Amino acid sequence: MAGQSSSTESQVQLRQLRPSFSSHFKEFFVRHLQVFFYSLGLLSRTPFSTLLTAAALGIALALPAGLYVILDHAKQLSGDFDSINQMSLFMKQDISTQAIDRLQKKLNAWPEIAQVKHIDRAAALKEFQENSGFGDALKALKDNPLPHLLIVYPSLTHNEAEQINHLLADLKKLPEVNLVQLDIQWLQRLYAIIHIAQRGIFIIGALLALAVLLIIGNTIRLAIENRRSEIVVMKLIGATDSFIRRPFLYTGFWYGLFGSLIAILLVNLSLLMISNPLAHLSSLYNNSELFSLGLMGINTSLTLLVSSCVLGWLGARMAVGRHLKEIEPK
Amino acid sequence: MILFDQVSKRYPGGNEALSHVNFHLHQGEMAFLTGHSGAGKSTLLKLIALIERATTGNVIIGGKNLHKVSRHTLPYLRRNMGIIFQDYQLLYDRTVFDNVALPLIISGFSSREVKKRVHAALDKVGLLRHEKKYPVTLSGGEQQRVSIARAVVNKPALLLADEPTGNLDPDLSLEIMDLFMAFNQVGVTVLIATHDIPLINQLDKRIVHLEHGQLLTVEED
Repeated sequence: MAGQSSSTESQVQLRQLRPSFSSHFKEFFVRHLQVFFYSLGLLSRTPFSTLLTAAALGIALALPAGLYVILDHAKQLSGDFDSINQMSLFMKQDISTQAIDRLQKKLNAWPEIAQVKHIDRAAALKEFQENSGFGDALKALKDNPLPHLLIVYPSLTHNEAEQINHLLADLKKLPEVNLVQLDIQWLQRLYAIIHIAQRGIFIIGALLALAVLLIIGNTIRLAIENRRSEIVVMKLIGATDSFIRRPFLYTGFWYGLFGSLIAILLVNLSLLMISNPLAHLSSLYNNSELFSLGLMGINTSLTLLVSSCVLGWLGARMAVGRHLKEIEPK
Repeated sequence: MILFDQVSKRYPGGNEALSHVNFHLHQGEMAFLTGHSGAGKSTLLKLIALIERATTGNVIIGGKNLHKVSRHTLPYLRRNMGIIFQDYQLLYDRTVFDNVALPLIISGFSSREVKKRVHAALDKVGLLRHEKKYPVTLSGGEQQRVSIARAVVNKPALLLADEPTGNLDPDLSLEIMDLFMAFNQVGVTVLIATHDIPLINQLDKRIVHLEHGQLLTVEED
């Protein structure tokens, strides 16, 4: 040992057991980038089985995502929740038009109220005469029996049933108001139904997220099994566990990404397929926008994408953690 | 470099593969490990490479007691060893270049450095022109030289070889041994398990003989 020249010695002595911390910060990213594409390359070598796995993931993800999109739209069925929430304020007969204008302005300033619409009693009578079929009978009346009507739309921030009740009570106290009408029970029931649907979708989503974890975990387990001899060689030449783990984690990530892309595609295709029948249904309600679903929103798509990638990574992580320790050189 | 102090290894089945082995290989030394099949040659190498751990006694590599090497530091220790197997242990879905580059990639060398070192190692074993080929297209002797290139590319302090010439004919075997001698000449410590007695008798190096798990002769050169 002592007889070696210093230059030779530096070559043949044992190096430190751990690399210095400061050393490869840039290389860390370079290596991650390499593995990122390397794992993609591995998947592209078996395009058919990759596609099958991604399709299974896509279908598992599409179901809760699609239901969520429908529910999300149901909640804001263009303006029709508003019409359910809307309150009709029937004015006392002796209130002047100017007083009603003042009241309308006053109510408009309330934070609980989004909009106040005035339906003039004369206009209402005219419409009633034209549409009700009692036109001639009404013409026989000397006075207009209809009161002025203010329609109050609560603002979206005060849309909960309890807040509506509150607002209702406040409006009843107004001296100009004769009667306030709101079918609150119908509203409460609808909220209850939507709440159940939300919970149901949450449960389905959780179960299918578990399915995604298991599908990816199982796929990665098979990949590890297929590359057992390679892992042994890697371990023999000094690869750390994290080095061996990395490509599998990225593989899980890719599966998650592809799965979510397929899911987004499936959901949007389904939405397109039901858009025509929906438009027809809407036309029967004389409102072409009533049941329009459109496509999956960008936020929903991004959420699906990110959570799917995380699920993929997690599933891979679970599988790798369990199986990598079992594979040791013999 | 390698120090065995009263080392015994008993496998779970109950048979004792090594019993009370004392053995010292100095830095820069080269030695052959001989003995019949089942005499414990492979076990001794496995203890050094930390594929197995000693039941009793201490194995000390480069001043490091292997009892104290944890699962986490083990890979870093292995990077100081080039290990060569009878069956080459190459990755057959990767090119010769990629096989040899593997230890460098594991250690995090830049791609420029990887290229330089892989070319140097392949040049040393005379396979530079085959770098883009896949191992299956090479002969046994060439594949073994690829595995040697992979073992030395990281400039390890220690080369371990388990029957490196076991599948090769005598001429090729001598070529491989010459390679090991060349590495030893630049200061690498080399330990080779083999039962090719005629071959190593030509080479004038220390021979360590194992029989039934016990060290019989230690011929100092």
